[in-house]
Amino acid sequence: MTYVIIGNGIASLGAIDGIRKYDRKTPITVIGAENTAAYGKPLTSYLLAGRISPERLSMRPDEYYKGKNVTLRLATYINNIDLEAGELRTSDGEKIQFEKLLLATGGTPYVPQVNGLKGEGVYNFTAAKDAYSLIESVKDLKRAVIIGGGLIGLKAAESLYNRGVEVAVVESERRILSLAYDEEAAGLISKRVEEAGMLVRCGVSGKDIVRDKNGKLRGILLEDKSFLEADAIVIAIGVVSNIRLAEEAGIEVDKGVVVDDNMFTGKDGIFAAGDVAQARDVIFDKDKVVPVWSNAYTQGYYAGRNMAGNESKYPGTMSMSSISFFGLPTISVGEVNPDPENPDYEIYTFFDEPKQSYRKLVFKKDQLVGYVLVGDIDFAGMYTSFIKFKFKVDAQTRKRLSQGEPDVLMWPDEFFNKAWNPDSK
Amino acid sequence: MKRIYPDRDMCIGCGLCVLGCLAAHSKSHDLVLAYKEERAKGLVSRKRLIEADEVCVAISCRHCEEPECVPVCISGALSKDEKTGITVYDADKCVGCWTCIMACPYGAIQRDKYNNKIIKCDLCAGRESGPACVEACSNRALKYEERQS
Repeated sequence: MTYVIIGNGIASLGAIDGIRKYDRKTPITVIGAENTAAYGKPLTSYLLAGRISPERLSMRPDEYYKGKNVTLRLATYINNIDLEAGELRTSDGEKIQFEKLLLATGGTPYVPQVNGLKGEGVYNFTAAKDAYSLIESVKDLKRAVIIGGGLIGLKAAESLYNRGVEVAVVESERRILSLAYDEEAAGLISKRVEEAGMLVRCGVSGKDIVRDKNGKLRGILLEDKSFLEADAIVIAIGVVSNIRLAEEAGIEVDKGVVVDDNMFTGKDGIFAAGDVAQARDVIFDKDKVVPVWSNAYTQGYYAGRNMAGNESKYPGTMSMSSISFFGLPTISVGEVNPDPENPDYEIYTFFDEPKQSYRKLVFKKDQLVGYVLVGDIDFAGMYTSFIKFKFKVDAQTRKRLSQGEPDVLMWPDEFFNKAWNPDSK
Repeated sequence: MKRIYPDRDMCIGCGLCVLGCLAAHSKSHDLVLAYKEERAKGLVSRKRLIEADEVCVAISCRHCEEPECVPVCISGALSKDEKTGITVYDADKCVGCWTCIMACPYGAIQRDKYNNKIIKCDLCAGRESGPACVEACSNRALKYEERQS
């Protein structure tokens, strides 16, 4: 009996911890395509900005893997999965046996519809190797264009800006951060970004990459016929689930690998977690791929528990983002862009322009289901508690929440005592 | 493992635990110096006193068995020590992304804006007489003991 995990990211770490909670002995093999220990993908932008060194990328010390009896197989590529035989075949032709298999293959960069992407000067931004490529080139860069105005794109833009590069961001949606934040928060961040001296173009897509006769990158022509000069183009539109292996093996896939609440694929012994998995969303109560960092470990953890024979239901995914731009901290949790026509929702907003402080609370019937904070983020955890524990919110509590400084004494007494002072006399 | 349990029925909001924590985590270990000088240089108590109407309670990191902060930490600065049960924080690894502040539903993690790091209870690891806040509490509103579940 052996466990094999394909993928060496945060979901894999969760799986290792989940397995070892119940099974301390059976060997675990982790297969990673990258030649590096598991690291936090969001650190890629800190690496590019020069704020951390490569040695600090690793999520866990080497002793972690030894202590957990894990064999790491780095720089190893899997060509296919043979479900009947219970084995994987590597690109070198080696066969690896498994009894329980976790697919944690993550996501691959989304490729936009732009002509001429192949060639010099075009970079992705989803892995450390992308940051290393840019770091090597950055001394020769004067101008860069970032395609994608989401969390990843804006962090890439900020990082290059901090390296002295002139930066423009191109976003096809009407505004930046269209998925993670609401319009007002995105507006504040956009203003901050533009005040720093970056160009932000929304509502327009890239059309053609322009190169000179020698193939050297000149810039990018946009759909609206404007031209942005660039020495580098960074594609930062996020990831799509890496479902190739699963699909070819006959495992059910949709946008991601379809799993039930136990992270089980329906194929005996096969589980999936992280960016590759399509799992339950705690707010929308339907299956969703939520490629958000905070969920990957937890999905991996529950997959690991189930792989070890302890049936445990994954409690579900909640969208969560915490990210700062030029020192302006922002947080977005849960449902923040509700349908304005839906009468079930009530929205509270507060904005203090001199302080650059913004707060938005989204209530649905008698519960808080989402919030956005910009600037003053210190009470974020308390708002999260109301969403996570689904506390009922009456008019008085709603008012207290709106005032911006919630605390644990707002919790129901019984819940408070159970959480903080169990078995008190 | 032993944890700190706040009893809000016994708490009078005197704040001695906050001061005890401050002194214990200061460089000088002198309360007056910690309060008057080191706070100005970024020292913050890991203990937070919450007051509402006539109820008060002092909270800090619960060192949850399955903490919400560890999985979301993007740098590995937060981890669970399996032997001691303490949720350990390595400030050198922290990049100040504030994801743990968002994720912890107990409000037990604070932002250290001075250093762009976080502040959280370490159970006064290494301190012979145990957590300073518990020692400072004259009301026994804070108990440091093992409990089931």
